[in-house]
Amino acid sequence: MTSILTNLFDGVAYGMLLFVLACGLAVTLGLMNFVNLAHGAFAMAGGYVCAVLVNRIGWPFFAALPMAFVASAVIGALLERTLYQHLYARSHLDQVLFSIGLVFMTVATVDYIMGSSRIFIKLPAVLQGQFDIFGVGIGRYRLMIIVICGLLTVGLQLVLSKTRFGSRLRAAVDDPRAASGLGINVPQVFAFTFAFGCGLAGLGGALSAEILGLDPYFPLKFMIYFLIVVTVGGSSSITGPFLASLLLGIGDVAGKYYVPKVGPFVIYTIMIVILIWRPNGLFGRTATR
Amino acid sequence: MTTNAQTEVGLLARQHGRWHWSEFAFWIVVLAVGLAFPSRYLIMTEILRLALFALSLDLILGYAGIVSLGHAAFFGVGAYCAGLLSVHGIINEPVLALIVAGLAATVLGFATSFLVIRGVDLTRLMVTLGIALLMEALAERFSNITGGTDGLQGIDIQPIFGVFAFDMFGKTGFFYALAVLFVLFLLARIIVHSPFGLSLRAIKNNPLRASAIGIPVNKRLIAIYTVAAFYAGIAGALFTQTTALASLDVFSFERSADLVLMLVIGGSGYLYGGLIGAAVFRMLQELFQWITPQYWMFWIGLVLVIIVLVGRHRIHAYALWLPNLILRQIAGRKAAVALTDNEAP
Repeated sequence: MTSILTNLFDGVAYGMLLFVLACGLAVTLGLMNFVNLAHGAFAMAGGYVCAVLVNRIGWPFFAALPMAFVASAVIGALLERTLYQHLYARSHLDQVLFSIGLVFMTVATVDYIMGSSRIFIKLPAVLQGQFDIFGVGIGRYRLMIIVICGLLTVGLQLVLSKTRFGSRLRAAVDDPRAASGLGINVPQVFAFTFAFGCGLAGLGGALSAEILGLDPYFPLKFMIYFLIVVTVGGSSSITGPFLASLLLGIGDVAGKYYVPKVGPFVIYTIMIVILIWRPNGLFGRTATR
Repeated sequence: MTTNAQTEVGLLARQHGRWHWSEFAFWIVVLAVGLAFPSRYLIMTEILRLALFALSLDLILGYAGIVSLGHAAFFGVGAYCAGLLSVHGIINEPVLALIVAGLAATVLGFATSFLVIRGVDLTRLMVTLGIALLMEALAERFSNITGGTDGLQGIDIQPIFGVFAFDMFGKTGFFYALAVLFVLFLLARIIVHSPFGLSLRAIKNNPLRASAIGIPVNKRLIAIYTVAAFYAGIAGALFTQTTALASLDVFSFERSADLVLMLVIGGSGYLYGGLIGAAVFRMLQELFQWITPQYWMFWIGLVLVIIVLVGRHRIHAYALWLPNLILRQIAGRKAAVALTDNEAP
């Protein structure tokens, strides 16, 4: 019984992490219909920035986390303005090729600079180990992830639903043409959201070094997970990807624990079945746009 | 009126289907290169394998407009099938084993085609990618059969037809691969110039209109996807037979991604694109590996990014500028080496 709860807890932490990593991708896909397979590269950039700050320069972990966000957001904004924005009108094939090219370049560059082995970020003592609540083992680090990601999710939801920027963004997602007709600067909204999504990915990358493992092949290894979150969750809201990441996280942890031999098999099968059943995602709109 | 139009379409199709002298020249050059560099058989065999694989993707991407990121699934099935047939001594004749491996991939292709034809581009990407990952996970799960990450041990390929033994310089392998590629190329050529192939182009240009003029869109897509799976399976089997290797790597995502790159370099939708692209890609890879052995991936990525940013059409126009100029001088008319108007979507 307690092992079930512990697994559930780990799964929720994992799912929340996936959500923070992937929600930027949902915006890219939903708003500009851009297939960005390079999203994991931004996450990796954040992770490595955090690792360098903590391990080499000796910053405290909690100070390095915001820097991971900022670094990835800046890189994202630069790339969006210089490269990505030229490709919004192109075919999906072009976008896929371009972003795969970016992934290959990042993988090789990081390999060159940082070496190909997995790196670890030194954690403060507060975050190490676990404690028991009614016999359920709660990892401190995972608890922190749940707290941070939970707050972020609530914050995102509030920004989207309550602020002016949020309503602009929703309008732009719903119908970019009508939105720009109403005087909303859609490219600007998008550039900002893209950078923010990249920043979130960077933060997620920094947090995931402990759980998912951080090495130069991170963008390729987890690309499919991000895509699953977005395609299964649908890209029209953030609740869809959120539920999808929780499902994926819990499913993956439970699958690895209870049926370790079947491994990732279950995840892929479920994804294919869902995509066949509902091509626009489990929580997406039924009508194609 | 209808009969007139039909005969005209038929005439046009037959005209397009006729062998152009440049095509003869292409194959003569290929054969000549093969004979001229006897010390380079291994890498040339690799190019031929890649070319066949790229030809397979061209059939669905260039002619039917299906973007696939998981074509390695069929390659891998073909590779493992050929390897297992050899290890367990079920079929010792390489050519027969090649066909059986191809058919195994065909079965998978037919089964998964129903999943792929549903949905739009993105769903297709995800589903094809998912199928390839699924196959990789399966191969890893049943590592007692597939040998897991170590690969299949003890593959020993018997002589072809019991006469031509595989030698260590790869001479037999090269000519074997060349023969297979040529035969399958002829078959692909017949397919794409047939009414069936024309209907595929119609589907690619506008599926709705195609179905309005009475083309059974889904059936045609299933058919060509299955055929492409057969081709990819043969390419995989060829890989196992000429290298005596089969490991989990045959299913890898990089393999599928490289394949798309080859086709993009060569241009899709005219059959030779895959062949040229495979040769250029392998040369580039060799060059990059020579410059920076460990980090050649960076350069491949850079090539991809540049191709997309400059635009595929423009790159091909630049690349064909010199050959076209020469051909125009010699033949006095517009050269035939040009892309067809319908590029990939």
